[in-house]
Amino acid sequence: MLNKYPLWKNLMVLLMVVFSALYAAPNFYPPDPAIQISYDRGVMDQIALDKATAALDADGIAWFGADIESNGVGLIRLRDRNLQSRAQQLISVALPQQYIVALNLVPTTPPWLAAIGGSPMPFGLDLQGGVHFLMEVDTDAAVTKQLNDNVATMRNLLREERIRYRPPVELDARQRINLRFLDEESRSRAIEALRDGFQELTFSTENQGSDFLLTYTMPEASIAELQKYAIQQNLTTLRSRVNELGVKEPKIQQMGPKGILIELPGVQDTTRAKDLISAVATLQFHLVADLGASPASTLEYDFEGAPVRINEEIIVQGSSVTSAQPSIDPQTSLPQVNIRLDAQGARQLNEVTRVSIGKQMAILLSESKTRSVTKANPDGTLVTTAEPVVEERLISVATIQSALGREFRITGLSSAEANDLALLIRSGALAAPMIPIEESTVGPSLGQENIDAGIDSVLVGFALIVGFMLLLYRVCGIIANIALFFNVLLIMALMSIIGATLTLPGIAGIVLTLGMAVDANVLIYARIRDELLQGMSVARAIDAGYDRAYTTIVDSNLTTLIVAIILYSIGTGPIKGFAVTTVIGILTSLVTAILISRALINFLYGGKGVKRISIGMKMPTTA
Amino acid sequence: MLDLTKVLPFMRYRMHCVVLSALLVLGSVIAIAVNGFKFALDFTGGTQVLLQYQQAPDLEQIRQTLEQAGFPDNEVVSLGSDTNIQVRIQNADGSEETEQAAGETAARVAAVLADSSPNQVTLAGSSFIGAQVGDELREQGIMGMLVATALLMMFIALRFQFKFSIGAVLSLVHNGIITAGFIALARIDFDQNVLASILGVIGYSLNDTVVVSDRVRENFRLLRGVEPERIIDTALSQTLVRTMITVMTTLLVLFALLFFGGPVLYGFSIVLIVGVIVGTYASIYVATSTLMFMNLSKEDMMPPVKAKEELDALP
Repeated sequence: MLNKYPLWKNLMVLLMVVFSALYAAPNFYPPDPAIQISYDRGVMDQIALDKATAALDADGIAWFGADIESNGVGLIRLRDRNLQSRAQQLISVALPQQYIVALNLVPTTPPWLAAIGGSPMPFGLDLQGGVHFLMEVDTDAAVTKQLNDNVATMRNLLREERIRYRPPVELDARQRINLRFLDEESRSRAIEALRDGFQELTFSTENQGSDFLLTYTMPEASIAELQKYAIQQNLTTLRSRVNELGVKEPKIQQMGPKGILIELPGVQDTTRAKDLISAVATLQFHLVADLGASPASTLEYDFEGAPVRINEEIIVQGSSVTSAQPSIDPQTSLPQVNIRLDAQGARQLNEVTRVSIGKQMAILLSESKTRSVTKANPDGTLVTTAEPVVEERLISVATIQSALGREFRITGLSSAEANDLALLIRSGALAAPMIPIEESTVGPSLGQENIDAGIDSVLVGFALIVGFMLLLYRVCGIIANIALFFNVLLIMALMSIIGATLTLPGIAGIVLTLGMAVDANVLIYARIRDELLQGMSVARAIDAGYDRAYTTIVDSNLTTLIVAIILYSIGTGPIKGFAVTTVIGILTSLVTAILISRALINFLYGGKGVKRISIGMKMPTTA
Repeated sequence: MLDLTKVLPFMRYRMHCVVLSALLVLGSVIAIAVNGFKFALDFTGGTQVLLQYQQAPDLEQIRQTLEQAGFPDNEVVSLGSDTNIQVRIQNADGSEETEQAAGETAARVAAVLADSSPNQVTLAGSSFIGAQVGDELREQGIMGMLVATALLMMFIALRFQFKFSIGAVLSLVHNGIITAGFIALARIDFDQNVLASILGVIGYSLNDTVVVSDRVRENFRLLRGVEPERIIDTALSQTLVRTMITVMTTLLVLFALLFFGGPVLYGFSIVLIVGVIVGTYASIYVATSTLMFMNLSKEDMMPPVKAKEELDALP
């Protein structure tokens, strides 16, 4: 039959319609404001949850549905969004510090929809607001770190050049690097040796008793430059971290000389978001100290219950790690992280491990996070402060079997740890630690009037397309409109699945896509009309129309698709968001305009001996 | 209805259109050079002001008061509770991102808002804020455009013919420059939405150009012994109805967004309206005229022709 779909094709169309309706559905349930409580040593308990709700009751804050979720996090839903911040503070005071209390918006997707993986698209900051973090970058720490790195490099250089100095070489309280020599000549040689590598530092000389002193300081301009760089670097890292978290359409910008402002729309797990935002994870590679090594140049850590001494000297810095991917060791089925080093790091590691075969190497993971702690003052006011938490631990101690190179793997982590570590390393290191100094919810940046106007205009636009198509193509116009309706559902379903954020301009972009999506049907109908005018029978005209328009539709859409995919892979932020909408719009238009409209046309006009088709033209009077 | 035998002589006027396009592009370049772009808060950063109100204020009123006081590009949100208001605005032209400039701007904002309402308001803090769009967008964006253009040319050369890819890219650049020229001329706030609308224009006009090119390719194979000029005219005439209908549906949506969408969608929709009109004109004249100037001939189109096409030839 010319215009009959085989059963499987009809079933496929039906399946697609059901699929899009199901996954678009969660968007019709508005989320609840909530307080999220997590216990930093595992699963949340009922006693703590009861304490939290009691604290709310004491203050008269209305809540409902306090539950411990399957991921071990407690959620208390609130009636009033304005009381969310107050509720957070009250609960923070009521519970011990190991409980982390955060703000949240909980989707109200019915369980059966959630069970098949349905979740709503979060609304953007413009439509609904979100959470707001203000982080303070510890720029002084960046300067100290840079100077400490300089100290280490200087020590190495002097050793290589065999220039004798009096240890220790270290940073004093006024951020100066002091080097002491026994004679004038050594000092001159040192100045010569250190001339090239430390141009951002200025030096001065002084004689103190029998010591020939050489002092390096960092001038104000260099400090300012370094601090500026630290902020920029942190901004870049944060953008990529938030991106890795899967949060779309965030706002991340510098605020004041040392602040970074982060606003995230509809974040599901604020505690994890905050941890990952402020976490500084660095891997450092050390050799395990020889027996009897001086305690001054070694550090002691616990590893699997036993103390391990490692050399203070770092073989490879964490900044040399260029990529980290979590995976599973196929032999042991244990999680691991595959690490790749840059050329310099690989060379350093190779040089050291080549001459240390049989010795042990340790990998030190240092993670600093910041937790906010709320305390009640004697006068009853609540104060939230941020306290840094630094965790340093050895994640691996292994015997060097052969010289290591660019790529190797680390084992000994849990699966979740492997994932987070890889994420933190992949998104780049923070140049300086950050402390959250403010956490709050932020209201929508658009007024209700503007949101209403935006939504109205979108509806009017949609109605105009529908009316226009109806007027132009009659029954076939209705078919095109039904296809268009399913196009909307399919776009919503796909955007919900990938977790895209819905903003007002985003919605406008979708309607624009729809305005352009009818193009495919217009092309098809124009061809069918052409064929009818040429005197073809209705059945043949439909078939030929679809057939001939097909190449055009595919070519034109494929061209736009290529551009959109490239923009996605290279672009950032808004360009990426736009590219995603375009790609989805093209795919859904292709499917709905070709497949669904054809199925409907077949259903109406697929019978034998069809003489007429309502496509907005007088049927030519050919036999 | 358009009669298939009726072919409009589009290409006869191609020299007029070359002049028109040249003037439009030149005018746009001048507009961009003279006016520059008025980058919005997203791109420039500015000042953030924190205000503490006695009672919850009407945010819309604050937005309007700020607009009247000379801060049209403002963002007003509640922070934590509905009496804590955060305002973000651009600094006056040329002033630097310093705490001092931010402090001065914040004092002005607080004064303006205190005067405009009986609701008591205190200035709770201020800070300068950096751009929301990082510098990496600029670099990666330009890189992305170049790679996209190169791959686009390759794809069209493969599916059609090399001369078509020159035509498509010329028309893309033509539309991009004229749309950007309009933004500069009309002093539209250049924010992320406007950036998205430029990309939308490029997508739309590319789609249009390929549809026309597709018909040109088909006609070169179907119509034997016909001049290239007439072949292109036929293709344009055949696709004219479709071109008009598609541009109408798109413009219907855009005008709805422009008239009913309020200030947020204004820049987005007006840029797209201008871009779509320019793009439609370009899909008719720019790409096809380029083909004419490069003497597109039957030989250019020969290699991919398959035997099947013979059967479909017109009687």
